[in-house]
Amino acid sequence: MLDDVIFWTLGVLAVAAGGMVFRFDSMARATYSLLLSLLCVGGLAILLGLDYLGVVIVLMMTIEMAIMAVFMVMFMMNPAGLMPMSMLHNKRGGAALCAGVFVLLVVGIVLAPWPERAGRADGDPTMALGQSLMGPHMLTMMTLGFALFTTIVATVVLSTRRGRYDRLGDDLRARHADDPVRGGIGR
Amino acid sequence: MADTAPLWGVVLMPFALVAAAVAAAGLDAAVTAASRRGPAAALRDLPAPLGEALRLLGQQRRRTDVADIVLGRVGIGLVPVAAVLAAAVLPWGFRAVTDPVAGIVWFNAMEALAWAAIWLAGWGPNSALSLIGGYRFLAQGLAYELPHMFALTTAALGAESLRVGDVVAAQQGLWFVVWMPAAFLVYLLSALAMAFWGPFGHPVGRDAAGGAVVEYSGADRLLLLGGRWLLLVVTASFSVPLFLGGGQGPLLPPWAWTLLKTAAVLVLLIGGRRLVPVLRMDRYMEFVWMVLVPLTLLQALFAAVVVLDR
Repeated sequence: MLDDVIFWTLGVLAVAAGGMVFRFDSMARATYSLLLSLLCVGGLAILLGLDYLGVVIVLMMTIEMAIMAVFMVMFMMNPAGLMPMSMLHNKRGGAALCAGVFVLLVVGIVLAPWPERAGRADGDPTMALGQSLMGPHMLTMMTLGFALFTTIVATVVLSTRRGRYDRLGDDLRARHADDPVRGGIGR
Repeated sequence: MADTAPLWGVVLMPFALVAAAVAAAGLDAAVTAASRRGPAAALRDLPAPLGEALRLLGQQRRRTDVADIVLGRVGIGLVPVAAVLAAAVLPWGFRAVTDPVAGIVWFNAMEALAWAAIWLAGWGPNSALSLIGGYRFLAQGLAYELPHMFALTTAALGAESLRVGDVVAAQQGLWFVVWMPAAFLVYLLSALAMAFWGPFGHPVGRDAAGGAVVEYSGADRLLLLGGRWLLLVVTASFSVPLFLGGGQGPLLPPWAWTLLKTAAVLVLLIGGRRLVPVLRMDRYMEFVWMVLVPLTLLQALFAAVVVLDR
């Protein structure tokens, strides 16, 4: 009973907050409305017994949305985003697509022939989920993760305007890094 | 090991937290008064935060033009709420309000929520200086958050569990601070930083005329600044179950040990604030990325090797 109440409250709130992203005319409000939606999703994951996954969703999405708010506001055309503005690029199409996917998923959930529970629930559902998702593919996932991380670092290194040769000279022998901003390690 | 607290404990927890925050703020005021006007003034200024809170309650709210009132209020309210929610996994003695399997991650998530809330509070009033304060916290928070997470991870690694109760139980005999000193120090530093307090006070710094709080007065200001004290108390007291053995100790009951250790950490932080000026962020950032992150990674590696060898 209580679980039902929590489920419907969080579910309706998640969908409503997700919908409001398309209604708000302020970057900050849209971002934090999306955050609210994702926090509700984290709560739903906890309700399913996936404590770790749920809490990690809350943690990661909070950090992610906060950073996104800053970047969106920083790079939008009006300075600091202090004026009302909406995401005019294909708002209708985006909303229609989201609604379509939502309906598709709901129909799938309602119509799918879910199997009856066989046996008891695992003591640690997060562990069980991880095992069944990537048990035999752990090595692949680790390799993939490493490759992705290397790509991120390489991209940053390649795109940065001032590399280590600018800072420490052509033979990297300079005692002090030549930085436009003074301060930091060893200076 | 840790049990769930009875219902009265749940009801009592926020009040106890507020009392601890008032005591900490009182100590800070007393130390400030003693350093400026001699030891006699310390006693007189001890209840100063209470007076300040009453004054703020009677003060009128300041309004700014075209403010985003909803987001600003959400931000202000989230700071104390996140602090109280984070304290739910904080064991008093061996009893916490709740002891979920991912308690450490929960604590970190609530800290992140407070972090996002400061930006909202800075954004709300439609004022450049308060927005600068909010932006500062977000940008600097990235440098604080990584070593902070690694320090939390190291404690969890040592106990092989994310449950706070297990972390406390794993320290029977030997506290984590003994063989994870680097993680403990980094945790204390980043605890100060996550509560943007003392040497890390840039988001509400004087150079930005008060930063994120500049446009707030009355109850808003009380909630925001009081919430910051709550955050400081919660992050400081979480170092006790993480690294200082929680309620473990001879003779005294567990709750008394928790209280003593928490008080010791708070006194250290509040006293230490006098010795350290507000840090230059450009210098500290580089120090974080170049020294603290590798240091905490090495500490985590050390803890992992010890655990594997056990």
